[in-house]
Amino acid sequence: MTESAARLPMTAKPIVAAKPERNLDRFGVPGWLQAMPFGLVFAAFFVAPLILVVIVSFWDYNDYQMMPAFITRSYVESFDGCLTHFPDCTILRTYLSTAKFCLIVWVLTLLIGFTVAYFLAFHVRSQTTQAVLFLVCTIPFWTSNVIRMISWIPLLGRNGLVNQIFVNSHIVNKPLEWLLYSPFSVALAFTHLFVFFMVAPIFNSMMRIDRRLIEAAYDAGASGWQMLTNVIIPLSKPGVAIGSIFVITIVMGDFITFDVMGGEQIASAGKAIETRLNALQFPPAAANAVILLGATMLIIAALNRIVDIRKEL
Amino acid sequence: MNEGRSLAFYALAAFFCLFVLFLYGPTIVIFILSFQGPSGGLTFPLNGLSVHWFEKLWVGGGIVNIWGSFGRSLELGVVVMILTVVLSLLAGLAFRKRFRGSNLLFYVTIASLIVPSIVTSLGIALEFRLVDDLIKNHGPDWLTDGFHTSMGNFTSGLGAHLTWTLPFGLLVMFAIFNRFDSRYEEAARDLGATPWQTLRHVILPIILPSLVGVGLFGFTLSWDEIARSSQVMGEHNTLPMELQGLTTTVTTPEIYALGAATTGVSFSVIAVALFAIAILRARQSRHGSDAGKA
Repeated sequence: MTESAARLPMTAKPIVAAKPERNLDRFGVPGWLQAMPFGLVFAAFFVAPLILVVIVSFWDYNDYQMMPAFITRSYVESFDGCLTHFPDCTILRTYLSTAKFCLIVWVLTLLIGFTVAYFLAFHVRSQTTQAVLFLVCTIPFWTSNVIRMISWIPLLGRNGLVNQIFVNSHIVNKPLEWLLYSPFSVALAFTHLFVFFMVAPIFNSMMRIDRRLIEAAYDAGASGWQMLTNVIIPLSKPGVAIGSIFVITIVMGDFITFDVMGGEQIASAGKAIETRLNALQFPPAAANAVILLGATMLIIAALNRIVDIRKEL
Repeated sequence: MNEGRSLAFYALAAFFCLFVLFLYGPTIVIFILSFQGPSGGLTFPLNGLSVHWFEKLWVGGGIVNIWGSFGRSLELGVVVMILTVVLSLLAGLAFRKRFRGSNLLFYVTIASLIVPSIVTSLGIALEFRLVDDLIKNHGPDWLTDGFHTSMGNFTSGLGAHLTWTLPFGLLVMFAIFNRFDSRYEEAARDLGATPWQTLRHVILPIILPSLVGVGLFGFTLSWDEIARSSQVMGEHNTLPMELQGLTTTVTTPEIYALGAATTGVSFSVIAVALFAIAILRARQSRHGSDAGKA
């Protein structure tokens, strides 16, 4: 991987550009057969389960089991109070809170990710250095998320390093309580864990920008800032869109980071599903999952209007 | 773009250094704290240096049955790795040709990355529960005797992990074949090689270093996977799931020792993979022909 991963963006062409090599068609094993095992995994463990989620969301249930039916009980219960007390009901509050985290984490990862990618793509000159630095950004992505969350505890805890420094230097009188198990630590952990999902696609987009365009802009007298806003940012949009989809959908569906970093106090769309599952109430869990899927698809559809994702992968 | 380093460069370089510190700093902190003395706590200062917490972890006194889940995660990771490499390679080869449903398969694969893990996990759990019910109610006696559940690490768990690792595997394969010079293949064919010989003696040797990369994704993503695993592992938890449970119950540096050990496994695997890739590449350039090069 190493170099290939890092160098991949420079040479990778859009998939659509690499048109299927026609002369391979009549050569060897047919394509559908080669793709079959791969496809079967997704049929059995992704497509069928999703269909089941939709079906079961219309089933009835009691304390012991779920029962085949076609009723909207789970949905009605999920939106309980939304009609009478609009907009103050549990599910709307939960989604609003989740959306707030999505927005904060999206802005943070975008700013950080764009800056890092821009530095790597346009300010590091040697290809080897570029590859190594990109690898440095990638390695944490290959290590455990839970451990990366835990590792904030000694820094942010009540007696953690940050508070020790603050108290000892008399910046604050008593330790700050909002550093850990708070919305702050949740947003920080999300940014820490998933900023790579922003760095990688934006870097990829930037490496595909034809360097002659940059030179042309330079020759035409563009300042560094004009170059950034008029050439680089517009051409990096596909990467930004792909990174945004990753980051936003991850935060939307997350329940573990909210749990571990939020001290089990903060509600989220993903946790709403998990709570129902822990009570073994499958139909309501499924209904919540369908609602979450719908919300996620709306966001992707919105982002897809900005850029054709398929073209850019 | 050939002038000297600008002010912007130094500002961005400083930002990048801070970013790397942000990425690695916390992990380094728990590495240090895992060597906390026996009387030390969860935060600084260090109360002496010792391997006390690693010893405790090794003996298994403090944390219940961590080695069981450690072993399960390791086995599962290896199986996921092998399947990810093989299935992604086959699918990668398939996508170079035209086949019916290739668009659909592509979209489904990408969707699997984007659909929230908890939804996929719930779906798989439902599927296996329904299968269990079917077997219990309608299965033949030899199957229902002592039957408890079909859910497990290597049934539902394996499937859940593959829905996460395979999309990455396929995307890496796309990148590989985008750069692949198909003239090598044509040359082999013109010389009379069968499809199998072309694959075995031409394509595979060229893409082998990148395949190691696919394997790296397969293992590390499985080793750390938690969201998709949450509902589908049946009776036996994997290591990250145990770890998540321990975050609320363990209040000694032992959890840091466990974290350090787990990260150590990840780092070792990454190091081995990178080393293998470096060696394979060096070998390629040593044995490669310089024909056609300027």
